[in-house]
Amino acid sequence: MAEVLVLVDHADGSVRKPTLELLALARRIGEPVAVHLGTGADTAAPVLAEHGAVRVLAADAPEFTEYLVVPKVDALEAAVAAVSPAAVLVPSNAENKEIAARLALRIGSGLITDAVDLTAGDEGPVASQSVFAAGFTTRSRVSRGTPVITVKPNSATPEAAPAAGTVEQLTVTFGEKATGTRVTSRTEREATGRPELTEAAIVVSGGRGVNGAENFPLIEALADALGGAVGASRAAVDAGWYPHSNQVGQTGKQVSPQLYIAAGISGAIQHRAGMQTSKTIVAVNKDAEAPIFELVDYGVVGDLFQVVPQLTEEVKARKG
Amino acid sequence: MSLRIVVCVKYVPDATGDRRFTEDLTTDREAVDGLLSELDEYAVEQALQISGNAEDAEITVVTVGPEDARDALRKALSMGADKAVHVEDDDLHGTDVMGTSLVLAKAVEHIGYDLVICGMASTDGTMGVLPALLAERLGVPQATLLSEVAVEDGAVTGRRDGDAATEHLRAELPAVVSVTDLSGEARYPSFKGIMAAKKKPVETLDLSDLGIEAEEVGLEGAWTAVEDATERPPRTAGTVVKDEGEGAKQLAEFLAGQKFI
Ligand SMILES: Cc1cc2nc3c(=O)[nH]c(=O)nc-3n(C[C@H](O)[C@H](O)[C@H](O)COP(=O)(O)OP(=O)(O)OC[C@H]3O[C@@H](n4cnc5c(N)ncnc54)[C@H](O)[C@@H]3O)c2cc1C
Ligand SMILES: Nc1ncnc2c1ncn2[C@@H]1O[C@H](COP(=O)(O)O)[C@@H](O)[C@H]1O
Repeated sequence: MAEVLVLVDHADGSVRKPTLELLALARRIGEPVAVHLGTGADTAAPVLAEHGAVRVLAADAPEFTEYLVVPKVDALEAAVAAVSPAAVLVPSNAENKEIAARLALRIGSGLITDAVDLTAGDEGPVASQSVFAAGFTTRSRVSRGTPVITVKPNSATPEAAPAAGTVEQLTVTFGEKATGTRVTSRTEREATGRPELTEAAIVVSGGRGVNGAENFPLIEALADALGGAVGASRAAVDAGWYPHSNQVGQTGKQVSPQLYIAAGISGAIQHRAGMQTSKTIVAVNKDAEAPIFELVDYGVVGDLFQVVPQLTEEVKARKG
Repeated sequence: MSLRIVVCVKYVPDATGDRRFTEDLTTDREAVDGLLSELDEYAVEQALQISGNAEDAEITVVTVGPEDARDALRKALSMGADKAVHVEDDDLHGTDVMGTSLVLAKAVEHIGYDLVICGMASTDGTMGVLPALLAERLGVPQATLLSEVAVEDGAVTGRRDGDAATEHLRAELPAVVSVTDLSGEARYPSFKGIMAAKKKPVETLDLSDLGIEAEEVGLEGAWTAVEDATERPPRTAGTVVKDEGEGAKQLAEFLAGQKFI
């Protein structure tokens, strides 16, 4: 069976959930071969094997962290040359999309970004995408070269599918362009203890209606009671009430959780672009005319300062 | 020596309009009014600021798009860019991002550049990969998704807020940069700017001017193919209740019914 490369998204070998989802998708079109760049391949390998990776191609070099994007493109290009895969799957995030794009151009292949589903087709994998702020779903395929496809988090369910997962060293020779953009300093984001926004099953977001940084703990408390992540609208982020890394929407994170709760958010098209594919949508807004109510499965017209804390108590009480 | 800045701007259908596809499954550019992508206004703004801090700089804005895309160039010129280049050709219809990056790379080389500035993503395609592709094609460094950017001593530096970390970057010129919507609000064109823009030069180029064959671009030249596009069914109307003191309880009831609690 043809092999399918899956780029591993990880923190020092701790594999992020979207990679496991990709392994499940990769198994629909071939045998997954994981590509692990950076430290921790030995930690990651058993997890990757458990989810179907027949091999783990590993490479580590200081270039991966000292320079932007290009060293990883060089490595992935080496992996493509070594494996001649049927497709290359990459977990969608800003950096990975850039890596995927440059790889696709180099190997003369078409690129599909932000797929939300993937199936095998007669002429190669068919990718579904959600476009125009989730107003349409398209199905596309790559018509030239080896399909390079980036896939959004929450697009599949990880599956146990034990395979060998043998770690093999990948030899990478960096090109002269690899060191073009130097990373002169890096500050890791502080862990919040909450689930990753894009991966969370439940997201609770606050908007301008939250009316101040000092009130965001109300949103956090509800998120914590539900075991969810915290999001924010751009209005709340622009006002400085919550970090930009939590912004949901076109220029923030695109989330697709099982449950999305919007409190004090009107539902502008650019916000919807980031949450409209959520399975269940709930809103609390004091304006019955707010466009967010067009999307909801359940909406409460009311003051979030009343409803949200009461809901948090209800959730805690029911969870016992 | 003058700093040559080229800003790539895209003309896109208004996101607040009813965006759709045409029969050949390309973006319908007739159904909805177009405008300069808001995210590219940030690129123009940063170009103006960098130019303002340089001893001598010239800003050229370039777009690849249909006749109406000239509106996007006008807006950028009225914000303060110096001149514009419009790449327009019937054979460009249906070009994918690989093709667009080829055309822009040729256009940018034709113009001559030290620094190329792009927006973080187009508001219609939303891929956010064109700047990286441009850097790959031009063979120059990419310093992309910057929320702060500066040019000094022949290098560009900036801050990139990634998913896991905030990074500071440095690349020698020539380079390709993209800027985010955190880089600083874009200015409004002044009346004077709008009047001045009318006299600024707009050069129109077609594919042959750039030495590109028709087969390399357009729907036929695309490396991807859209099989179908389905309008998302409207969400079935949900339940909306007015809070009369019981709203939270009712909502909790719903969430419990859905097994969230
Ligand atoms: C290019 C571009 C990109 C953008 N990207 C994004 C993006 O990524 N994410 C994003 O979110 N936006 C984005 N926006 C901005 C977007 O257009 C909206 O301006 C923004 O989403 C509004 O945020 P909001 O809903 O919190 O604020 P508002 O629209 O002001 O809505 C606040 C809501 O809170 C309600 N409210 C007020 N007080 C209370 C209360 N006590 N109890 C209950 N309800 C209350 C009000 O009724 C109102 O409906 C973008 C815009 C552009 C042009
Ligand atoms: N047709 C175009 N003409 C000029 N610039 C473009 C065009 N398409 C994309 N760009 C630039 O590339 C950036 C990213 O676009 P994209 O990768 O399509 O999301 C945009 O913000 C623009 O700066």
